[in-house]
Amino acid sequence: MITAPTKRLAAAVAVASAVALTLAGCSSSDPLSSGSGSGDSKTIVVGSQAYPSNEIIAELYAQELEHEGFTVTKKLNIGQRKAYWPEIEKGSISVFPEYNGNLLNFLLQEDGKSTTTETTTDGINSALSSALPSGVKALPSADASDADTYTVTQETADKYGLKSIADLSKIGGTISIAANPEFATAAYGPKGLKEKYGIDGTVNQQNDSGGPLTIKAIQDGDAQVADIYSASASIKTEKLVTLEDPKHLVPANNVTPIVSKDLDSKAADAIEKVNKLLTTDVLIELNRQNSVDQKSASSVAKAFLQDKGLL
Amino acid sequence: MNLFAQGIAWIFDPANHVGPDAIGVRLWEHVWITLLAVGIAVVIAVPIGLLIGHTGKGRSIAVGVSGGIRALPTLGLLTLLALWIGLGVQAPLIALVVLAIPSVLAGAYSGVEAIDRVTIDAARAQGMTAWQLLVRVEVPLALPLIVGGIRAAVLQVVATATLVAYINAGGLGGYAFSGIANSDYAEVLGGSIIVIALAIAFEVLFAALQRLAVPAGVSAGSAGRARRNTRRSAPRAATPVEGTHP
Repeated sequence: MITAPTKRLAAAVAVASAVALTLAGCSSSDPLSSGSGSGDSKTIVVGSQAYPSNEIIAELYAQELEHEGFTVTKKLNIGQRKAYWPEIEKGSISVFPEYNGNLLNFLLQEDGKSTTTETTTDGINSALSSALPSGVKALPSADASDADTYTVTQETADKYGLKSIADLSKIGGTISIAANPEFATAAYGPKGLKEKYGIDGTVNQQNDSGGPLTIKAIQDGDAQVADIYSASASIKTEKLVTLEDPKHLVPANNVTPIVSKDLDSKAADAIEKVNKLLTTDVLIELNRQNSVDQKSASSVAKAFLQDKGLL
Repeated sequence: MNLFAQGIAWIFDPANHVGPDAIGVRLWEHVWITLLAVGIAVVIAVPIGLLIGHTGKGRSIAVGVSGGIRALPTLGLLTLLALWIGLGVQAPLIALVVLAIPSVLAGAYSGVEAIDRVTIDAARAQGMTAWQLLVRVEVPLALPLIVGGIRAAVLQVVATATLVAYINAGGLGGYAFSGIANSDYAEVLGGSIIVIALAIAFEVLFAALQRLAVPAGVSAGSAGRARRNTRRSAPRAATPVEGTHP
């Protein structure tokens, strides 16, 4: 039997430990605190999104910079664009692996403009360079693209003979697309699908960014199409078919380093050297080592740089 | 304050009352899955709780197991179940039943345990069988705490049922998910205000039910006096266990 005082004590202990845990959770990973990076001109602050693939690319840049003698501070795993972009703008992060198409649309929307109609890498990059704030610049894009896609299962592709997005009309009716909520309002979402291909689509809202639940939705037939990022390892591991986009519905989304304008030119060269090596297939393989083989972003990056003779 | 006004305005915007995402539709889904989850939890946990309270056996197991269940993160459980049994309403329903069981169970067994032993001894001395004792004495006297347990469970489930929308299975949580993704904070706040209002409505309803559940002849005063004379005391709390969900 538990008496009232012991119960109260137990409750107090429970509350105290819950508070302690919560505080510990907050304090351990505030990537934006201690913005000491920008003060020292030799220290380069490399950031990344809270997206494993982006973290790997940031590790590639950071490790190469360290190898070339720069002092690097890593601020990895910083949420989404809304959270980290102000830090880039004010210069407390000096190197960030970005994606040209999505970054351009983000900057346009922040300015209250509508999203871009450009879909090619060159078109997007020239629009991006005028949309970027004054303190930062984009280095040349990699071949690697990590774009939203219209992807189906091998079964669905075989059943309807699907190769491109235009073939979705063979399924008939309204196409259900498993995707994150932002897909519903994106220019390349159902609205663009109707405008460019004349196909009606609706979003089956999943919230794991092309993760297992999104894939489950097309495997179980809850949706016909899924938005899987083109560098996702699951396209290979789950035998999915990404539909071609002959009418350029989805904008290019190449890996594009965003750096401060005052970044040392040797540092910029080092980043460019690494970035040139990135193709979509390379990115898929690096992501696979991370998500399937469960290797950390830093060890995946290290092994790749060593393999290429850069470290 | 401006954003708060936008949230209220969002609720009354006629555009949000049509189509599959209409507020009425989502509200009904939310109420329905909350009541269904708690209803299933009641069917499972109340008999077990009464049995534990009646026999005095298995209490430590129940406390341990329900404590363990409480520690399960609902979103993780929901994702795991959805990958296992598929998308749809079943996975979140099971996750919410699991969330509701500990409170309901605690209410049931602590309700029976809190009964003055003198009353139970008196009932036995009158020649009541175990079944008569349970149905005529223990359940009526435990009812306020049983309802209190259900009340705590409803409050947890109505708040957590926002996660049902994580796998596109309906409810009011969808407004938060899509609002955050599309930077539509009026939608996030509007959806949240409806959830809060719903939670308060359930609280008021169950507080009234809990008062009604006190049997005639038992008043707070006399129950309190009786309890002071016994070693088997338990706090006469409105909610038997303070449930906080991670």
